[in-house]
Amino acid sequence: MTVLYGVTLTVLAVAGLLTLLRLVRGPAALDRIMALDVLVTMVLAGTAVGMIARDDTTSAPVLVVVALLAFIGSVTAAHLIEKRKGMR
Amino acid sequence: MTVVRDVVTAVLLPAGAVFCLLGALGLHRFPDTVSRLHAAAKAQTLGVLLVLVGAAAQMSPRHAPVLLLVALFQLFTVPITSQIIARTAYRTHGLDRDRLLRDELGDRLARDGTPVDAGDGAGRDDDAER
Repeated sequence: MTVLYGVTLTVLAVAGLLTLLRLVRGPAALDRIMALDVLVTMVLAGTAVGMIARDDTTSAPVLVVVALLAFIGSVTAAHLIEKRKGMR
Repeated sequence: MTVVRDVVTAVLLPAGAVFCLLGALGLHRFPDTVSRLHAAAKAQTLGVLLVLVGAAAQMSPRHAPVLLLVALFQLFTVPITSQIIARTAYRTHGLDRDRLLRDELGDRLARDGTPVDAGDGAGRDDDAER
């Protein structure tokens, strides 16, 4: 099972790197918000895999909070951009 | 019982991770904001859902519901975020209109008399619509 967790985390890490690349390249602020949201989701998945790999579930409630914050943050940032139309 | 749980995890974890990777690949390769959003939303819902359910299968019954709660929450929030980002992208010219076959929202807005101008966003007067 350790190999399985390792492979899963590696694939998630590669996905995270690709997302990070989009976060850096943009071009619009919306792309960055979206990439950040996806990145947080992938950290969420990676943390869950890490939890079962270490057999330690104490950080499980943290996942709920992080998911909530990512949602609120993305919606707020997108709303802010909508208010200032045309900004890139 | 342990074998069943291990098999569930062994199937779901890689499947979810590969889905996340494909979503990230789409996020990296697709040409405009709206099509990138399309790829990102898939990774955020199905990819993470599979990983979380696969991880929950390995946990004690006391802790597994927390992960399932996160998965459920993700199912509710990602469509909302995507919709808001897509709407903002439409209004701030985040979509490549040359690639569109149909623009039904544009048709409807034109019919209702509140068209969004189809320019590329360059040189717009941002204060005009406030």
